[in-house]
Amino acid sequence: MASIQEIQDEIVDEFSMFEDWMQRYEYMIDLGKSLPLIDEAFKTDDYIIKGCQSKVWVHATMENGQVAFTADSDAIITKGIIAILIRAFSNQSPQAIIDADTAFIDEIGLKEHLSPTRANGLVSMIKQIKLYAVAYQTQLN
Amino acid sequence: MLDIKKIREDFPILKREVNGKPLIYFDNAATSQTPQVVIDAILDYYSNYNANIHRGVHSLSQEATDAYEEARIKIQKHFNAAQPYEIILTAGTTHAINLVANGFASILKKGEEVLVSALEHHSNIVPWQMLCEKTGAILKVIPQTESGELDMDAFAKALSPQLKLVFVNHVSNALGTINPIEEIITEAHKVGAAVLIDGAQATPHIKPDVQALDADFYVCSAHKICGPTGVGVLYGKEEWLTKLPPYQGGGEMIDQVSFEKTTYAGLPHKFEAGTPNICGGIATGVGLDYMNGLGFDNIAAYEDELLQYATKQLLEIEGLKIYGTSAHKTAVVSFNVGEIHPYDIGTILDKLGIAVRTGHHCAQPIMDFYKIPGTVRASFSFYNTKEEIDKFIDGVKRAVAMLS
Repeated sequence: MASIQEIQDEIVDEFSMFEDWMQRYEYMIDLGKSLPLIDEAFKTDDYIIKGCQSKVWVHATMENGQVAFTADSDAIITKGIIAILIRAFSNQSPQAIIDADTAFIDEIGLKEHLSPTRANGLVSMIKQIKLYAVAYQTQLN
Repeated sequence: MLDIKKIREDFPILKREVNGKPLIYFDNAATSQTPQVVIDAILDYYSNYNANIHRGVHSLSQEATDAYEEARIKIQKHFNAAQPYEIILTAGTTHAINLVANGFASILKKGEEVLVSALEHHSNIVPWQMLCEKTGAILKVIPQTESGELDMDAFAKALSPQLKLVFVNHVSNALGTINPIEEIITEAHKVGAAVLIDGAQATPHIKPDVQALDADFYVCSAHKICGPTGVGVLYGKEEWLTKLPPYQGGGEMIDQVSFEKTTYAGLPHKFEAGTPNICGGIATGVGLDYMNGLGFDNIAAYEDELLQYATKQLLEIEGLKIYGTSAHKTAVVSFNVGEIHPYDIGTILDKLGIAVRTGHHCAQPIMDFYKIPGTVRASFSFYNTKEEIDKFIDGVKRAVAMLS
């Protein structure tokens, strides 16, 4: 299994092929459209992160010491970014998730979506991902 | 007739680019842009006569005091208030509303009623909920219709001797509906209720005459009328402002102070505790001068032209629905396209240099009424052009093509 850093490098590589913002956004929109990201059972208020702009749902499970995330959003561009984040963070050990950063989002030109003032739920989602990892790490210890 | 090309020269920000594209600013209902004369006034104040007001014997203090009080008189004349001291300068509309709500806490009794409209901004709902919690008064709501207008039959039914205060915006921020405030004020007065009008969204387009309206209170924000942020206007009838207790204690608002008893200063100082936003107040007067120089009738006529032009083209886009379809609207168009989330459309438009507002516009009850998460809201000002609307329409079409 590739490490978080390797996956992030891969994503940065993929995005470097796009010539302009249109292509980047079209790709993200496609990601947002194509992926079933969360079980409907978890698309409830218990798992919701309310942004002022868009809503995000996130859920985690751990199997064999690896945490898997599923998530969703009502806005498709937000969902596309979620797909990228999940690809980077899912199926990793809790400690690797705790240690990872999200600087690659800047590198692929999507920085503004992770601004805490954007209120689209993504910043809280990353916090939630980290919290899940911390909780699972505690179970492992 | 307005010379739009010339007017645009007055706004330095309109020359900038966003994401590599010329800025198209259609978020005027959130804040208006600032003309050079206002920027100059701010610069002039801090460069030449910055001083604390109302207490210094020195020349700078006197100059600043004169300029600040002249601004109050400009505002008084603009709203046609009977007296300058009926104009209280606040930190904004929300502050002004809270000042009145706080004052009514000592007037309202348990079981008495406060009526607000369903078309309100959160800042117009929450202070009254807090007031009712504090006093035991009952908060009632004038419902809205499908077209985004107030249900006036329901309003008539809500009139009762228990009703003490009615609170309604002159224009809805989310939908742009111009509410029939003349009728609301007249009818509310018949049962002895006071009326507070939130003019935050109306004042950029309409010059209200508070005496002709017979409004008890009228509030607005400077930053939506070419002025700076952090300044609001509260007009209150003298009898009401005399009746309400002070909102905040501090310097300026006192007459005599001893540890046994303090007597309060007269109007308007009773409500202006501490050092006010002196520069902001002065700049607010300059912003109003600028808009009056253009003429509010000219502004309203041109903005309506922009609204009609945009509305017609938007409706040609398949699946596009406009929320707020009253015949009486300011230049605001709130819409969604099919199932596309407003955040997604707003994000693509931003990439094209077009600034619109997306989300619930701090008016969740309206969004709940239509069962939508929010809308895309484009709001036009007198410095916008039809060419900008054409680019915006192209941008919406492009966003829809990408997102469908």
